[in-house]
Parts: sequence; C-alpha cells; structure tokens
Amino acid sequence: MLDFLKSWIETFQEFLFLAARAFRNIFRSPHYADDIFIQMDVIGVGSLPIVILIGFFSGIIMGLQMGRALTTYGAQEQIGQIVAISLVREFGPVLTALLVAGRNASGIASEIGSMKVTEQIDAMRALGTDPIQKLVTPRLIALMVVLPLLTIIADFIGLIGGALISVGLLNITWSFYWSSAWRALIYQDLFQGLLKPFLFAIIISLVGCLYGMRTTGGTQGVGRATTQAVVVSSIWIFVITSFIDPLFF
Amino acid sequence: MDETATSEVLRFKDVSLRFDETPALDHVSFAMNAGETRVVFGAAGSGKTMMLKTAVGLEKPDSGRVILFGEDVTDFQESALFKIRAKVGILFQEGGLFDSMNIADNVAYPLLNQQVLNQRTRRNGDGPLSEADIDAKVLQTLNFVELGSTLQKYPSEVSGGMRRRVGIARAVVTEPPLVLYDSPTAGLDPITANLIIHLLIKERDSRNTAAILVTHRYQDGHLMANFRYNPDSGQIEPAVADGVKTKFFVMNEGRLVFEGTETELRASQDVYVRKFVKY
Repeated sequence: MLDFLKSWIETFQEFLFLAARAFRNIFRSPHYADDIFIQMDVIGVGSLPIVILIGFFSGIIMGLQMGRALTTYGAQEQIGQIVAISLVREFGPVLTALLVAGRNASGIASEIGSMKVTEQIDAMRALGTDPIQKLVTPRLIALMVVLPLLTIIADFIGLIGGALISVGLLNITWSFYWSSAWRALIYQDLFQGLLKPFLFAIIISLVGCLYGMRTTGGTQGVGRATTQAVVVSSIWIFVITSFIDPLFF
Repeated sequence: MDETATSEVLRFKDVSLRFDETPALDHVSFAMNAGETRVVFGAAGSGKTMMLKTAVGLEKPDSGRVILFGEDVTDFQESALFKIRAKVGILFQEGGLFDSMNIADNVAYPLLNQQVLNQRTRRNGDGPLSEADIDAKVLQTLNFVELGSTLQKYPSEVSGGMRRRVGIARAVVTEPPLVLYDSPTAGLDPITANLIIHLLIKERDSRNTAAILVTHRYQDGHLMANFRYNPDSGQIEPAVADGVKTKFFVMNEGRLVFEGTETELRASQDVYVRKFVKY
C-alpha cells in the first residue's frame, strides 16, 4: 500500500515538473511553430469526424431520453433548455475530452514512448534539443487551442441532434427549440463550457507526454504507457469536472 | 591548467549510478586524452551504455565526478550541457535516428540544432551556416559513410547496417573531437560489421578523434587497436605501432574490472575478462 502511494505521489510530482517546464517553454526560444501546426492538424482536424459523430448522437440520445421524461410531466417545451444547458456545461466538454483522450493521449504516449525506447529522445538531448520544448510544449499548445474549438463544434452539432428529435418526435417547432436553447444559456454556462476543455487539454497533452517520456521495456512498455495515458487522463477529466461543477453550482 | 589537463577529453572520478538497488556504474574511474581510443567489453547489463550516457550527462551519477573537456559537468543543468554536448558525437545502440525525418534531415539535425555550433560556424559575422553549406556538409558526410545516394530515404527504408552508417554520419557531421559508439556492430553480419569498424578507423585517423567503442566483438577492438587509415591510399592498413592510444576496458556489474592494452588483455588470467578475448 505504501509503495503504491509512493509511486502515485512520485508520478504526480513528475507531472507537476513536466507541466512547469512545458508552460515555461511557451515563453522561451526556440519555438517550434511547425510542430504546433502539425499537432493542431493531427489532433484537431483528425478528431473532427469522430467529435461531430459523437456530438450528433449524444444530442439525439439526450433529446430522446429527456423528451420522454419531460413528456410525462407535459413539459416537453423545456427540451431546448435542458439539452443546451446539459451539452454546453457538461456533456459537450466531457464527451469531447474523453474522445480526444482516447484518440490522442494514446497517440501522444505511443509516439513519444516509441521515440523513448528507440533512444530518439536521448538522441534529441544529445544533439542539443530539449525534448520538452520540441515534443511536449507544441502538443500542449495545440491541444489548448483545438480542444475548446472541438467542444464548441460538438456542442453545436449536439444541439442540432436534439433539435431533430424535438421537431420530429415532440412536436416542437424548430425556432422555438433554438430560441429556448439560446435563452437558457447564460455567460457563466459558456465560461464553464470553455474552461473545462482548456483544463482537459492540459491534462490530456501532459499525461500523454508524461507516460510517453516514462516508457521503458520496449514495445510492451509502449503498449503499457498508451493504456495508462488513456486511463489516467480519463479519470482526471472526471475529477476536474467534479471540482469545477460546484464552483458554478 | 597543466598539459595533461588540456589534452584530456574525459575523466570519470569514482562515478557510481544505481537504478533502484541495481548498480549501473560502481565506482568507475578512468581518463582519456585527445586522439585516444577506448574499447569497452562487457556482458549485457554490465554498465557499458550507462558509462557513455553518463559521460555526456544523459544520466546523472549518484556520486563521483564526470569531467568532460576539462569541465566538471556532473551538476550541469540540461541547458548548459547542450553546449558541451556539441563537442561529442554519439552513435546510439538503437540508432536513435528520427524516423519522421529522411536521412539527409537526420544528418543535418546537429548542424541546425546545436546553437553553440551554429555560433562557432558563423562566417564573417554574417550568420550561421547557409542552407547550401549544410546540404554540402551533409552530402560530404554521407559520402564518407558511402551512403551519398540515400539522402531522401527514411530510416525505415534502409537496412540495419545502413542505419548504423547514417548514425555514424550524424555523430561525426559536426566534426566533434570525441565520438562515443554504442555497439555499432551489434546484430550485423561480419562483412557489414567490418565495414562499420573500417569507417570508425577512417573517422578516427582522418581527424585524430578520441573515441569510445562499446562492443561485444573482440575483432572490433582488435581492428581499432591494430589498424589505421592511410589517407594516401584511402585504405585501412596494419598500424606500425599503436603505442597506448587504444586501451581496453572490461565491465562487470557496473565495475571496471580491467583496463589495459590489448597485450595485457590477452595475458589476463581473469575468467570473466578472458571470455571477451577470442583469437
């Protein structure tokens, strides 16, 4: 038990050191702009189809489930409000982050892990390049930019999914759905809905990089690092959400 | 600074390094001067690779001091180490080639990234090496390892032996005074392995480079100690007298258990040391 706690604390300490160095490097030369744009393309554009798909179906599912419950009380006209608030405050950021974590925390960990076990990270250091500057900071910046954008897209597509159910099954007009959804949202909701993906981006990128950098034990180690990166980043997404939600309760 | 210190490129003073309870280096001490060669033998896990990594600060020793080019680099920050690492070429055991870059970009990487080197190579104060200069240097170095026709290929598209030669090219492209070779012949067929050693001898004797060669093959050390590159004929030929320029190390469980010339190595009666001597 003591060993488990010790290793957990050591990992958390490593995470904090990595985060400190990665953020410090944002303001230090050299800047690898090409790498940032490549990562934005890989993570942002690459995740777009799946984010659209899941956003759309989460809107549909939410519309169906909430619609059924609201119809029981004759309150189906509230569907726009409920879908908008649930998606923007909670499900949009969390579902998008979980998808991006599954797709990209694993990708980051496996890419950096492979570089670690084939001594490319050591080679980088030996050849005068800080691997945190070259590998971690560009991924951190890229995710901090693209995850909020992906979340906005997921929210919007989810609202469209909810609208289709409302119009098709609950006999609510298109314009009523959108106006009630729009009126339900206050600035605090939007702030919360954008703060979360920003924090999730930090977690996903740094956890992926941390487990990649810590990889040992050849290809088996790469597989282990990949799994750990996804599991740990997913857990932290829920932990952070449960800490943020009370602040906006 | 005395004469010895000025020509000394690397010194380990009682260096120890442990991973958990396993000693990677156990009170290792040695010194080598410019132009000298050290051939390091040892079983897998005996600390050979860790010795090389510790020499350039990729691993920090738990105790002892590492002196590189007269500077105590033991407690250097990573940023300070970048400067001194520009004077050391390294061929990694796994190659360490960047698989996202083609061979030309891999070899050009040190020229582009070693800032100190860039400053040193500024010409008439008008900036670092031009793109054309870098291209020419890359081609010249790849020709040196007989791979001038593979510029645009990726590491995954060439054989293991060719990857090692690209690794050698990348290690020596900046013409460092010290080059560390980690198992350059491991897993290669005898013909390719001999070609690699010939390239190391050629590199060492063309520029009087100091080198540490980690290897499992006695033949590699024997060639390094007894052959030299003749720039007139462009061939490798038996050396008349090596003197003490090539010394042999044998490592066991992190300890340096033998240090001496090839003659002394052959004469050793130590059971472990004798395992590495094959005629």
